[in-house]
Amino acid sequence: MKFLKLSTNNLHEFILSLRKLGEVHIPIKKGEKSFVFRKMNEPGDIDKIQLDYHRTILPLKKYFYHPTETMFEFSRDGFVPPEQPLNVHDIIFGVHACDIHGVLTLDLVFSGKYQDDYYFNRKKNVSIIGLSCMPDEFCFCNSMGTDYVETGFDLFLSETPGAYLVRVGTSKGDDMVNLSKELFGEITHKDIDAHKEYSLARKKAFKRSLDIRNLPEIMDLEYESNLWDELGNRCTSCGTCSMVCPTCYCYRIFDTINMDMESGMRRRQWDCCLFRDHAMVAGGHNFRQSRSDRFKHRWLHKQQSFAGVFGRPSCVGCGRCIEDCPASIDIVAESNKIQGVGREQSCLSPTTE
Amino acid sequence: MCNPYMPHLAKIIRIIPQMDDVRLFQVRFEDEKIRDEFKHRPGQFVMVSVPGIGEAPISISSSPTRPGIIELCIRRAGKVTDALFKLKENDAIGLRGPYGNGYFMEKIKGNNLLIVAGGIGMAPLRSLLWYSLDNRDDFRDIILMYGAKNPNEVLFKDELFSLLHRDDIKCLLTVDRDDTGTWEANVGVVTKLFDLVGLDQGKDNSFNSMDASSVTTYAAICGPPIMYQFVLQKLIECGFPKDRIMMSLERRMQCGIGKCLHCSVGHKYTCTDGPIFTYWDVMNMQEVV
Repeated sequence: MKFLKLSTNNLHEFILSLRKLGEVHIPIKKGEKSFVFRKMNEPGDIDKIQLDYHRTILPLKKYFYHPTETMFEFSRDGFVPPEQPLNVHDIIFGVHACDIHGVLTLDLVFSGKYQDDYYFNRKKNVSIIGLSCMPDEFCFCNSMGTDYVETGFDLFLSETPGAYLVRVGTSKGDDMVNLSKELFGEITHKDIDAHKEYSLARKKAFKRSLDIRNLPEIMDLEYESNLWDELGNRCTSCGTCSMVCPTCYCYRIFDTINMDMESGMRRRQWDCCLFRDHAMVAGGHNFRQSRSDRFKHRWLHKQQSFAGVFGRPSCVGCGRCIEDCPASIDIVAESNKIQGVGREQSCLSPTTE
Repeated sequence: MCNPYMPHLAKIIRIIPQMDDVRLFQVRFEDEKIRDEFKHRPGQFVMVSVPGIGEAPISISSSPTRPGIIELCIRRAGKVTDALFKLKENDAIGLRGPYGNGYFMEKIKGNNLLIVAGGIGMAPLRSLLWYSLDNRDDFRDIILMYGAKNPNEVLFKDELFSLLHRDDIKCLLTVDRDDTGTWEANVGVVTKLFDLVGLDQGKDNSFNSMDASSVTTYAAICGPPIMYQFVLQKLIECGFPKDRIMMSLERRMQCGIGKCLHCSVGHKYTCTDGPIFTYWDVMNMQEVV
């Protein structure tokens, strides 16, 4: 893979140069402690960029998989597909490794025998420029194996003192670099050393960890544990964790009808398996009636069931669900608890207390 | 672009009442090409759209050996089926599919087939029944056991009674109780029918060359949870290997194509991995009933 060096002083100029290729989206501050990816409307917006943000409120799925969208329209004559999205090129700058893994995970879900082109049609015109990051108290991507990426980006910028090490991931990424070649330099051994140092420092900066290797087995063994009831009681089924999750993808489909009472639209909307009617069938039977069942299902799906289908857990360790949970449920701490972490000397069953 | 979510227009050709809240809908795709290309396996399902109301998964009751018209045996149970019951012959609906794995026909061929149905559970099994009868030489002995609450709730009554006279299938019908006094078959729960055939190894029975020992027989069962419970117990007693017992699961579905996650049961999606699962699969799943 091709590596280049971009001086920190040249970063803004490089980002501004990308506007020749399409709309550029950058991380900016929204609330006091929250961040979002937002389109740059004018060159001056570059001053709002937040290079040391930890996580945006919504992950990248908001770009490819809209919270709600029209799937097709219908009338007496039949079903009419929606118009194709415009061929606008979007460049999203500053995406962290965990969020890139989130997109790679959604790629798995929406591809396959029945490809979901609502997702892929939007995605094909989007470029992703990754950015390295230091973890905060919520991050656990290192535990999920999503702290580095090998694919899923056009460029990836890793911070070193005074410069970024730029990894060119795709031919499109190479075109972006060639747009303003003069801003880039060759990397030296000194840069490589600086990059390694940054990586080591980052590794030490994680404040939490989760051993996922035996988590599915332990969760299976503790399927009847009281811990799930306790968590079910604390959870309010609000769905925040799913909305902000880079890899939560389930949706519901519904029809809306126009005033003529015969034409309308079939739409879909993000759903959440914590919602009461998620597994309810016609006639009223609910396969996951209790909130603790639904809570357990969500976390088991992330860590176990998804891996059973796609080969790896779907959680990417971004920490959003922990930071945003209004009931302060810390799923990593709870998983540690169910694994008996920190209680090695005493009785390990979490049900006996 | 082939959009897997896009239904095709289909017309309701005929509606045949079965009982108060169950009707058989005969439907046909409007587009001839789609009609010809539609190939299903017994046990698969379609997503049925009533535009403006929504979409629901419905198992296919007709056999692939009788193509052209798709038969859907539907119980009025929810929003979409409620709307379907308000439609008339010649009205249009949307259809897409077929989806799901279907019964494992390649494995069943050459073996005995035992079909055990309870109530509306006959709907998906009817496809398997007629498929095996229309390809009779591919199978050894075929037994159908069907139980309903009372004579009025027996689906496909004429059709099933006509099987009583055939000598290439043992058709055993029963009702839990007969208040009408007109019922001419068995009375009692469906598991009682097991006494009429010798499924236990070594205990042969009167049916032709019946060698229906459990290890040369596949069982396909579908019915209410309580029936599953007792039939499974019976089959295990008869020595059926758990991976020769096929069950059909029902779940809420939004997409039918393994994306929306509503139908997940443990590691599996009912829509793409199922709806037909072996008892062994089901034993390893959480939240099955």
